[in-house]
Amino acid sequence: MQYLTPTSFKDASALAAGAKGTSRFLAGGTDVLVQMRADIFTPDILIDLKHIPGVADITQEADGSWTTGVAVPGAVLREHQALGRDWPGLVEAVDLIGSTQVQGRATMVGNLCNASPAADAVPAMIAAGVEVSIIGPGGTRREKVENIATGPGQTSLAKGELITAVHIPARGTNGGDAYLRFIPRTEMDIAVVGCGINLRLDGNTITEARVALGAVAPTALLVKEAARAIIGTSLDEEALVALSAASIAACNPIDDKRGTIKFRKHIAGVLARRVALEAYARAGGTS
Amino acid sequence: MNNIHVTTTVNGDAVEFLCDPRETLLDVLRDRLTLTGAKEGCGTGDCGACSVLLDGRLVSSCLVLGAEAEGKSIETVEGMANGEVLHPLQRKLIEHAALQCGICSPGILIAAKALLKKNPDPTESEVRFWLAGNLCRCTGYDKIIRAIQDAAAEMRGAA
Ligand SMILES: Cc1cc2nc3c(=O)[nH]c(=O)nc-3n(C[C@@H](O)[C@@H](O)[C@H](O)COP(=O)(O)OP(=O)(O)OC[C@H]3O[C@@H](n4cnc5c(N)ncnc54)[C@H](O)[C@@H]3O)c2cc1C
Ligand code: FES
Ligand code: FES
Repeated sequence: MQYLTPTSFKDASALAAGAKGTSRFLAGGTDVLVQMRADIFTPDILIDLKHIPGVADITQEADGSWTTGVAVPGAVLREHQALGRDWPGLVEAVDLIGSTQVQGRATMVGNLCNASPAADAVPAMIAAGVEVSIIGPGGTRREKVENIATGPGQTSLAKGELITAVHIPARGTNGGDAYLRFIPRTEMDIAVVGCGINLRLDGNTITEARVALGAVAPTALLVKEAARAIIGTSLDEEALVALSAASIAACNPIDDKRGTIKFRKHIAGVLARRVALEAYARAGGTS
Repeated sequence: MNNIHVTTTVNGDAVEFLCDPRETLLDVLRDRLTLTGAKEGCGTGDCGACSVLLDGRLVSSCLVLGAEAEGKSIETVEGMANGEVLHPLQRKLIEHAALQCGICSPGILIAAKALLKKNPDPTESEVRFWLAGNLCRCTGYDKIIRAIQDAAAEMRGAA
């Protein structure tokens, strides 16, 4: 294996595009190194992105939106108070990843590109409407997070393409987001189900909503029917029941040691309700 | 061989080493720099026995490449005592008999040091959450938590 440290995204892309064998990008390494160590996968070339200027920055743009670098670890994201006030659900989702030690390294972008169906950051990113900038041999493009993972361990990024920045929308007024996952213990486990919801209110009425589910299908899902179930409501019992039903209907989970299909579907319905109530409260609503 | 030349700082000392690109920082510390305080419990980020500080940030050294240490500052358990004088956390770990086999202790000590720097007066549940990635097969954790809180109290008094 060759270890390379390009100092621009263009060079990083060219190195990956021109690689003879397999390549991987290195952000925090909490997936890449585990896969190397466990003899699951060792790339021929490993391209460390941390020498590229700006990859560790968190910046608020003039329009109130946020841009974060591709190598910002969870611990640094968590310490950013203004970002945490705007997007508590997103920051909490990232914070759920692993231990303090893992937080010192793991990034949102790595969590997204590793494409585990159970990745905690991803449903919260989808709910928040996060987009990423991509550079590749064909130039640059911008993509919604829900279009990155295509299956377990698979992404829509072509050979030589990589993510260069994360774009988190401006919070705006009367908005709130939340993320919860179910695990059998309180720390250090992989989500059996995860749910992220972001919404906006006019008075007590929900005017915009995005509902995302993790670990219940080959990729995290944006569930539009679940959002429709609560838009126009003040999150009364009827809306919550409809939200749960739409969330359960969207699930296409597997049976494994962490949970059965039946259990995962049930939990998706329960979590959607709890997460919606939390996001609603954060947006300032009283139901 | 395509060994990589790395210049870094370990416990305040400038250090140079050659390593294979696949070698982890943990391998380098133990096998090349003979700093065997950090332990390998799992090699996959789960146990925390390999904990070190990398530019002041708590990390698992088994999930960092040796090559990534270039230009960084690393702190290991070997840097905690001041000559023969143990760090309060080390002393309290012994006083509270908060170790049996001792495999987890270097990682617990480094993790606790990082916690107390951030939060000099952590509650029991804050200590437990911070140390969720430091596994101990022997003690049942209670004595470790008490030792850390006792050391924290002493360090607050001393400051
Ligand atoms: C002990 C432990 C516990 C964990 N617990 C959880 C958990 O509770 N929840 C959870 O969701 N995850 C968990 N994880 C996995 C989580 O740490 C990773 O998914 C992490 O977020 C990946 O980020 P990274 O920066 O470490 O990525 P890396 O390992 O550096 O990279 C991961 C993948 O992303 C690709 N990549 C990285 N950056 C880019 C880029 N800019 N453009 C294109 N591709 C890129 C790499 O090529 C690689 O395929 C755990 C891991 C460990 C070791
Ligand atoms: S050896 Fe590094 S976390 Fe277990
Ligand atoms: S003292 Fe043996 S593992 Fe903690």
